[in-house]
Amino acid sequence: MLQQRSIHSSLALKDRILSFDYILVISIFILGIVSMFAMYSTDGGEFKYHTNSHILRFFVFFGLFFIISLIQIRFWHNQSYIIYILFFLLLLAVKYFGLTSSGSKRWLDLYFMNLQPSELMKVGLILFLAKYYHRISIENMNSIRYLFIPIVALVAPLLLVATQPDLGTSILIASGGIVVAWLAGVRIKFFIYSLVAFVALMPVAISFLKPYQKSRILTFLNPERDPLGAGYQIIQSKIAIGSGGLFGKGFLNGSQSYLDYLPEKHTDFIFTLFSEEFGFFGSIFILFLYALIISRIIIIGNVTRSTFGKLYCYSFATAFFIYVVVNMMMVLGLLPIVGSPLPIMSYGGSSMMAIMFGLGIAMSCKVYKDSPVN
Amino acid sequence: MLSPGSGNTVIKSKLIGRRMFLLTAAKAVVLVGVVGRLISLQINQSTKYKSLSDKNRFREWKLAPERGVIKDFFGQEIASNEPLYQVHLVPENTKNLNQLFVRLKGILNISDKKISYLKRVIKKQKPWEPVVVSDNLNWSEFSRLNLFLHELNGVEPIVSVARTYPDNSSAHILGYVSQISAKDLKTKKYLKNLSVPGMTIGKTGLERKLDKEIIGQIGFQRYEVNAFGKRIKEIQINEGQAGKSFKTTLDYEVQKYVNELLEDKAAAVCVMDIYNGDIVSLVSAPTFEPNAFVHGLDKKYWDSLIQNGKKPLTNKAVSGLYPPGSTIKTLVALSALENGIITPLDTFRCNGKIELHGEKFHCWEKKGHGIVNLRKGIQRSCDVYFYEVARKLGVDRLAKTAKDFGLGKQVLSDFKEERSGVVPNTKWKKKFIGQNWYIGETLHSGIGQGYFQSTPIQLCLMTAQIGNGGYKIKPRIIFEKNNNNLRDYIKYKRENPDEPLPNDLLFKNFNLQPLFNDQKNINLIKDAMYSSSNEPGGTSYRHRMENPKFTFAGKTGSSQIKRFTEEQREAEVKQIELDYKDRDHALFVAFAPYKDPKYAISVVVEHGGSGGSAAAPIAKKVIKKVLERHDLRKAQTNLTDKSI
Repeated sequence: MLQQRSIHSSLALKDRILSFDYILVISIFILGIVSMFAMYSTDGGEFKYHTNSHILRFFVFFGLFFIISLIQIRFWHNQSYIIYILFFLLLLAVKYFGLTSSGSKRWLDLYFMNLQPSELMKVGLILFLAKYYHRISIENMNSIRYLFIPIVALVAPLLLVATQPDLGTSILIASGGIVVAWLAGVRIKFFIYSLVAFVALMPVAISFLKPYQKSRILTFLNPERDPLGAGYQIIQSKIAIGSGGLFGKGFLNGSQSYLDYLPEKHTDFIFTLFSEEFGFFGSIFILFLYALIISRIIIIGNVTRSTFGKLYCYSFATAFFIYVVVNMMMVLGLLPIVGSPLPIMSYGGSSMMAIMFGLGIAMSCKVYKDSPVN
Repeated sequence: MLSPGSGNTVIKSKLIGRRMFLLTAAKAVVLVGVVGRLISLQINQSTKYKSLSDKNRFREWKLAPERGVIKDFFGQEIASNEPLYQVHLVPENTKNLNQLFVRLKGILNISDKKISYLKRVIKKQKPWEPVVVSDNLNWSEFSRLNLFLHELNGVEPIVSVARTYPDNSSAHILGYVSQISAKDLKTKKYLKNLSVPGMTIGKTGLERKLDKEIIGQIGFQRYEVNAFGKRIKEIQINEGQAGKSFKTTLDYEVQKYVNELLEDKAAAVCVMDIYNGDIVSLVSAPTFEPNAFVHGLDKKYWDSLIQNGKKPLTNKAVSGLYPPGSTIKTLVALSALENGIITPLDTFRCNGKIELHGEKFHCWEKKGHGIVNLRKGIQRSCDVYFYEVARKLGVDRLAKTAKDFGLGKQVLSDFKEERSGVVPNTKWKKKFIGQNWYIGETLHSGIGQGYFQSTPIQLCLMTAQIGNGGYKIKPRIIFEKNNNNLRDYIKYKRENPDEPLPNDLLFKNFNLQPLFNDQKNINLIKDAMYSSSNEPGGTSYRHRMENPKFTFAGKTGSSQIKRFTEEQREAEVKQIELDYKDRDHALFVAFAPYKDPKYAISVVVEHGGSGGSAAAPIAKKVIKKVLERHDLRKAQTNLTDKSI
């Protein structure tokens, strides 16, 4: 046993690389390539700022993904709290030194890039809770005393992000945390209590919402309410996707995006653009790639031995699924526009960094699947 | 150390696995939902969204078609088109409207009033709808604008065409064009899909009558536009179709000449080919400047038109109503002859007046004309003679003849401003005035006064139908093709003097409709008209033409505005001594040349005094001009005959 552990902790680089999940690697790579084409199309068929920087970021963070994969899972387990605290401090820094754009303060100026710590927190919270639930015994799982830390760990960054204000990201951060707690075995009744508390607090929360956030929710309920205002995005997005039809309008021929009818086409609405140009089959292809990535992470969760690894992989896969689905449902008019990027596809360095970081840790679970974390 | 931990781990793993299974199942459900939504949008509703996407993508700009041209008989354009330099403004393409107007003011000559008007228009319209900032720039303004165009976002220089008229000589008969009004859109169905900024439509005259065909088909430019309404590229262009061009029977040279003759007068002249009804000239004076209407009239000019007592906007030739006065005497005599009431040699004695039931009826000649027969009655225009004839004839028989010869109804078709006038009879009075007819009114009718109302074009038609031997003609102003049944008939008669066919059948063969029972009666009237113009004592003898080429036979007339009082009559007050407004209208009708009549003319000079002194001299000059141009006209007719 000891021998085994030592073998695993000092795996040769070659062995580590060989033990990668190549289906996952290739899926990510293909998705990255697809995203470059989509970005090229948003730039009107030219290599302009968005395309160039997206390509650069993809390769830089794809490299990061490999580096993280090669580091022992034990290291990530041990540093989980530190990472969480680091991300939390970054969030705090945003509150005081952040950059403000279109009314919300979300970014830190790092000179080479604008970092959005809330994106990192999506992964940071999962790491933190995975370690926490890995460490406590099953008996303590449902005692109120042990619920205190997870709730604080979840609510603290949530409040910081929600007051930036960034409702979308805070919901996504919360969903990741809740998934970890649920998977770890926290009783359903606690979730129900939380839900009841949440509903009870809703009116209070709504009173804190900015007018544009209220309007977005109302608009989601009835997009035609204000077709030139808040409903515009949903309507134009539906028109773009619907008009794509079975085969799409063809690469670089998406009139809705090319003629600027599509808002935020680089970021939140990148799927709309792709769907308009490549049609139903294109959309299904993207869905398939995401399904593949998610299922590979779940499979890693199945084969990894440690509770930390399982909790992390399952939670991350589920959170990843939520990011994808929330974005898609949003652009398909099934959810209000809350502002959530599509992993890997959307333009945005922080999101790319967070996702690659998260994927890297998952891959590390694969590489060190048999090694215990403590 | 490891065993409790591993036991714990196993239980945990099982729990996690179970819960993960539930989560995975939930994910599958959500995924199916997303795919379902994709199917619904991209497959089931794809057609709907494709059309919505195209609606976003394309926007059409309508192009005003070029109006058809109107030509005179010789092909001279009397209503044509000229290039027009306009400035349109698309409000949504400009960031700061106020700033733009300040810039534009520096480049073009725009008044503050116009700017505030434009701002109001912009507020009412959709932001992408263009407004016409200036619709008639000269070339130097237009090129200056193009120089600064790069700093004038939203401003679009447009080159289009606009109506233009060589002069105002035919302003009334051509009418004018002007911007489409909201009322036009409501009342004129053919305009339904034709509304384009800057487009003009015919408001009066031929422009209005021909509007439907002359206006053309609208064109469009389809552009791909982006979300901000900016044109990205042109997808399709349809130039539209220029309107149909028309050739009229008018002679531009005569029009100009007549206009000169009528300068400073309130008058109307109509000249007509007596065989086919071609209207050679139709002029109303004073005239107006039709070009002023094309680009929106300025208020000062409009006011001057409206306030002018001589009513320059009225086409007096077709809408001016005048009692025919003595010009009707030809028809009174003809009606009496045709009805066998009198013979040409029956005479009456004129002492200057007659009395009927205590009322005095004066002859214009205070001294009286002595013994008067038909020829002398027309020659001298003896009122007493016609009082007697009318009394015997009765107003109903007179009215029938007058109507047959074209009085009391519109001469042209589809001419909105044309009026039909009045041919009174007993029934008419009962119906419109509600009273019985008095015999005294018959006497007034006999000299063309009282209820009688006629237009100059009606009087011209009446004279033409006497001049051509008494055949009905249909006057026309739009030339389609030469058809001259009456000429053909006369030619045939000359070549076949012994034609056995009776006249009725011949008329039928030539599609003629005679207005007489016995053509001798018509000839008697023509002869009497000759004597009126060419024999000493005739009312227009002073203005005769001795050259047989130009000799005309005419009839003077003056329609009374105000009855003379007995005092005025005693004092022998002259027309010229009266106030302008109280003077009689001067009328003259004639056909020429007498030997081989070709044209008929009617002249009305409002408040001109007597027909012999005010109207006949004008008629004389016009007749000369028209006859001088007859050979040219004939050559042109032969030319078109060959080309057809």
